[in-house]
Amino acid sequence: MKKVVRGFYAIADAVRLSRPDVIAAYPITPQTEIVENLAAMYANGELGDAVYITAESEFSAASIILGASAVGARAFTATCAQGLILMSEVLFNAAGMRLPIVLVVANRSLSAPLSIWNDYQDSIALRDAGIIQLYVENNQEAHDMIPTAFKIAEDKRVLLPFMVCVDGYKLTHAYESVDLLDQETVDKFLGPRKAVVKLDFDKPVAMGCYASPDTYMEFRVAMEFAMERAKKVMLDIFNEWYEMIGRNWGGHIVAEKCEDADVAVVAMGSTVALIREVVKQMRKEGKKVGVVKVRTYRPFPSEEIRDALRDVDKVIVIDRALSIGAELPLAADVKSALFGLSPEFHSVVTGLGGRDIPRELIIKIIDDVLEGKVKPGKRFEGVKEFEEVIPYTEEVIS
Amino acid sequence: MSLFGPGHGACPGCGIPIVVRTALEALDGRVIAVNSTGCLEIISSQYGRNAWGVSYIHSLFENAAAVAAGIEAALRAMKREKDGHIVVFAGDGATYDIGFGVLSGVMDRNHNIIYICYNNEAYQNTGNQQSMATPPGAATTTTPVGKLQPGKVGRRKDMISIAVAHGCPYVASASIAYPADLKRKIKRAAEFEGTKYIDVFSPCVTGWGIDGKLTVEVARLAVETGLYPLVEFENGQLVRVRKIKQRKPVEEYLKLQRRFRHLFYHPKGKEIIELLQRIADENAKKYGLDA
Amino acid sequence: MKLKLYVGASSPPKTTQMKTGDWGTEWAFIDEEKCNGCGRCVSFCPEPAIILVEKNDKKLAVVDHDYCKGCWICYIVCPQEAIRMETKEIYKV
Repeated sequence: MKKVVRGFYAIADAVRLSRPDVIAAYPITPQTEIVENLAAMYANGELGDAVYITAESEFSAASIILGASAVGARAFTATCAQGLILMSEVLFNAAGMRLPIVLVVANRSLSAPLSIWNDYQDSIALRDAGIIQLYVENNQEAHDMIPTAFKIAEDKRVLLPFMVCVDGYKLTHAYESVDLLDQETVDKFLGPRKAVVKLDFDKPVAMGCYASPDTYMEFRVAMEFAMERAKKVMLDIFNEWYEMIGRNWGGHIVAEKCEDADVAVVAMGSTVALIREVVKQMRKEGKKVGVVKVRTYRPFPSEEIRDALRDVDKVIVIDRALSIGAELPLAADVKSALFGLSPEFHSVVTGLGGRDIPRELIIKIIDDVLEGKVKPGKRFEGVKEFEEVIPYTEEVIS
Repeated sequence: MSLFGPGHGACPGCGIPIVVRTALEALDGRVIAVNSTGCLEIISSQYGRNAWGVSYIHSLFENAAAVAAGIEAALRAMKREKDGHIVVFAGDGATYDIGFGVLSGVMDRNHNIIYICYNNEAYQNTGNQQSMATPPGAATTTTPVGKLQPGKVGRRKDMISIAVAHGCPYVASASIAYPADLKRKIKRAAEFEGTKYIDVFSPCVTGWGIDGKLTVEVARLAVETGLYPLVEFENGQLVRVRKIKQRKPVEEYLKLQRRFRHLFYHPKGKEIIELLQRIADENAKKYGLDA
Repeated sequence: MKLKLYVGASSPPKTTQMKTGDWGTEWAFIDEEKCNGCGRCVSFCPEPAIILVEKNDKKLAVVDHDYCKGCWICYIVCPQEAIRMETKEIYKV
């Protein structure tokens, strides 16, 4: 049923339809409204038998859903930025214990300085944890992908936590026309969780044992294998779901107009929608440009990216996070996927801390590369000129 | 299948397995045990060497209470909360220090769990570093004895009062010297709804520097000097204490342990012994321990 | 033979094979005449390495030397003084 709703409502509704057993909530801008909507649904009895816990910190919220998942329940929480980093210890732990918890991360930049606005630094900082990361482009995709998050995470070939990353404010608070799913379809697709390892009074099992040097490595390698298997499991489940809902969001990446492109732009999240429009306009002007939307960031779809960019001479990666002191995170992963092909590679970072990425900036970035005006490498776009100064003495740090 | 051990890696004479076995037997083994990182976790749940006969989960150092809360919430959601008990076994470091905030949140929401803190008065698993449960004057590796410092200078946390202030329906202190009393307290705790807190005094042979055979004697003396009173609160009211027929002076308890031996010759030792005696006297007055 | 890895470092119950009876220098031995089967040693033994058995219509405590670490707690708590600690053969001079 199509309704004009804000992103956080579409997300909360999708969570409700997935029938979670335990929801742990802690407020943090800009995801607070997601858990507020769930609380309103819970207060009205719309969440069935679910239990809603108001935690006293994100760390506790994550621990609560870890415990709930360990007993075989379906557990959910939402967070971002500082909250995500606070619960990072628990998330690494849950990934290692192979518990399929699902998180919605309303991507927000990290302190310091404090910023409540959107970039991907928070979820990118957790890319090593062994958590599946999916970045959505608009609220319809966010709404559609949440039931698949549960199904993929709970699949016994995977058993890893799943993060659905939605741009904070830009998507969570935006009004969009969303075709809301119905309970029957989601029930047919998802069904209740069938946990494989769970705490039970009658069939005792120990979870979270510690491993000495002669077994620890194998456990971590097993997580790698699970991520590898997840690549195929995700595609199968995506296709099954797309057929049921009649909307196809693509696989791990969506590559458009790259076969004959001179320049291809790679990006994640809501920026892709704008890039796609610019590409369409430039094609009309005769410029040969293509765009690659990266949906799945972990497990990183190296083969698909290599296939899409095989014949492209110049690649621009627009990243919205930093790995301070090294190559940009998304750019680094794309570059290693293209190892041996050696296109002219431009890593561009822009739009940090919610700074607007206007159409003109995207046009400038692509034109600069098309016309050979910039050298390949890492650069910052949309940054004002500044000098760092010390208070009182006004000394400039150089 | 026995509920816990034998074949675990506890030091000979350690008090912790006594706590665990008594708790599991008191609840007839219908238990999911949630354990924080510490001595108990290390001795009993190595991969391939699981000494537990009941369901068990170990997550992190500071979140045992929250994991137990999540388990309790999930069982409620799945309508299986009557199937058994959820018991947290956490050391004093995990309870008084790093997990304090998490425990406070769980107590506030009054989840239906039994929280048992095995109190060996320091971070014993990492080699005897002080925690907020360490009494003044104790020598630990982070409050060692030196020319300036006579062991720990500072208070210890009164976790019983804190638990009572949170409104926990049942709060008690127990000791491994009286396992029948501990068993009774755990059974009594299971009759209440909400977060029950039991602090169990458990000497550490390695960290405190006592002979294995003195474990029970030292635990008994801690109670009989008044330094560790055995009390029981139900719904905020003090309902029972273990009275002491003839209260012993604290020196009798201190002289048996290597961690207090310096108090008998260090220049600042005498005032600390007097401080400990004052603490014991105040405990006796506060709880009415003298028979 | 492949290493069996229970997923997520989980474990079936009671997989321990640690025969801790070889840890200590002494073992506890219970005098069957003096023991009256009160069970105090069973409550206190940390392992537990002592069980109560029925023998000739009498309840008796028996120490399992596969697990006894020789900590002396049972020796201290026995009200009948029915337990003695003996140095193991291999440590006898």
